[in-house]
Amino acid sequence: MVTRTERDRTVAAEVAESVTDPELPMLTLADLGVLREVTVTGTGGVVVTITPTYSGCPALTEMRTDLHRRLTEAGYTDVRIRTELSPPWSSSWITERGRRELAEHGIHPPDERSNAPAARDTGGGPVPLTLEPPRREIRCPRCDSTATERTSEFSATACKALYRCLDCREPFEYFKEI
Amino acid sequence: MSFDNAYEAIAETHPEGDARWAFGTGFDDPLSGVDTTVPAGVDTADLAAYCLMLGDDALILSQRLTEWVTCAHELEDEVALANIALDLLGQARMLLSRAGSVEGLGRDEDALAYFRSEPEFRNVRLVELPGGDFGRTTAALLVLSTWRLALLNRLVGSSDPVLSAIAAKAVKEVTYHREYAARWAVRLGDGTDYSAERLRSGFADVLPLVDELFTGHAVERRLAAAGVAVDSTELREEFDGVLAQVAEQALLRLPEVNRVGSVGGLAGRDGVHTEHFGYLLAEMQSLARADPEATW
Repeated sequence: MVTRTERDRTVAAEVAESVTDPELPMLTLADLGVLREVTVTGTGGVVVTITPTYSGCPALTEMRTDLHRRLTEAGYTDVRIRTELSPPWSSSWITERGRRELAEHGIHPPDERSNAPAARDTGGGPVPLTLEPPRREIRCPRCDSTATERTSEFSATACKALYRCLDCREPFEYFKEI
Repeated sequence: MSFDNAYEAIAETHPEGDARWAFGTGFDDPLSGVDTTVPAGVDTADLAAYCLMLGDDALILSQRLTEWVTCAHELEDEVALANIALDLLGQARMLLSRAGSVEGLGRDEDALAYFRSEPEFRNVRLVELPGGDFGRTTAALLVLSTWRLALLNRLVGSSDPVLSAIAAKAVKEVTYHREYAARWAVRLGDGTDYSAERLRSGFADVLPLVDELFTGHAVERRLAAAGVAVDSTELREEFDGVLAQVAEQALLRLPEVNRVGSVGGLAGRDGVHTEHFGYLLAEMQSLARADPEATW
């Protein structure tokens, strides 16, 4: 038997999961992996747990506001948004659907087999300095060419790097690994 | 709808609900919803001071890097420096919020950033060095991020869950910062005679202030003994190793410099700063002090 609380939780989770990222509107917060948990109290209350991508990501405030507004509109009277910092968000948490959406919108999804140093587990040892551009499998999201080069490890948002295609000459963004 | 104060019209808590004028207004407590209970047996004054030390380093370096926006040599580097500054600002916000809640005097991150005077800041003097010279910025960013990464990587094991969580996030970010500075050091050092000289001159400005990073302040040592902080004297070996690795690749002979000592045993961590610092604070704090009711 499905209890009222379970049904409530399912509805609340569906609403929360459908809220999109303000910077990357093709991704829901669930796709991005920043939505951790949705619980209901049984008396119209709902608690949503999210985690920031980067420490300084200004989109976090927008996410909180959007979640609050959408859940209030859905009839929940006591909406609380919790932030959880640990474990730290990782680009490997982006869902398959999220990766497809990024690629379709011209942003190359992160390559989890890359040796980008921030994505490497050092087991608590020192983080190695590589001095080489990270090895990544990158195809131009527009023309599928593999002749691409990195122009900067930083782009318009903290989570992306900047690349360009040497065949079609178009610049494109790369969602980098952390 | 009329407002007594222009800032009310653009603030997040707009009486009409969700009408916001632009992205990013209404920054609230970055630790909102995080369990910030202080572990038993930890001295709150020491913990607050330690959070200020690490938070102020990030805040002041962030301010210096932000000065490059609109005047860096390439658009890509302007964006990179702004990104690095934003990461550091995010770390500073969490650390200052933590300091404010632990000290229990009702000061939030903004009160700590904008309404403290020079002697109340706890950052090392190195981050105060003027910007405007990319060789010096590269040297300062390499030194600070190498030191900070070594520290944060150990701080992940802190017995304070909030410091541990902040550190675990920041490690990933500062890894990218160090790579950026190190690659530029190699590019400048192994470039033309002129670029190599500019890098060397940058290090000549920065290296005199390096020792302060490793002095092992009394607050650090007490908290390290309690398993909360990292004793910075332990970081020297890793730091020297990374700098030597970069110097070798960059064909750079690190200049011999005279170290800047403390002032009667006091330095940045005790609120004794360089002559550059007052000007930086004046700019950083001017808006908040001119209009204390401003919100953003």
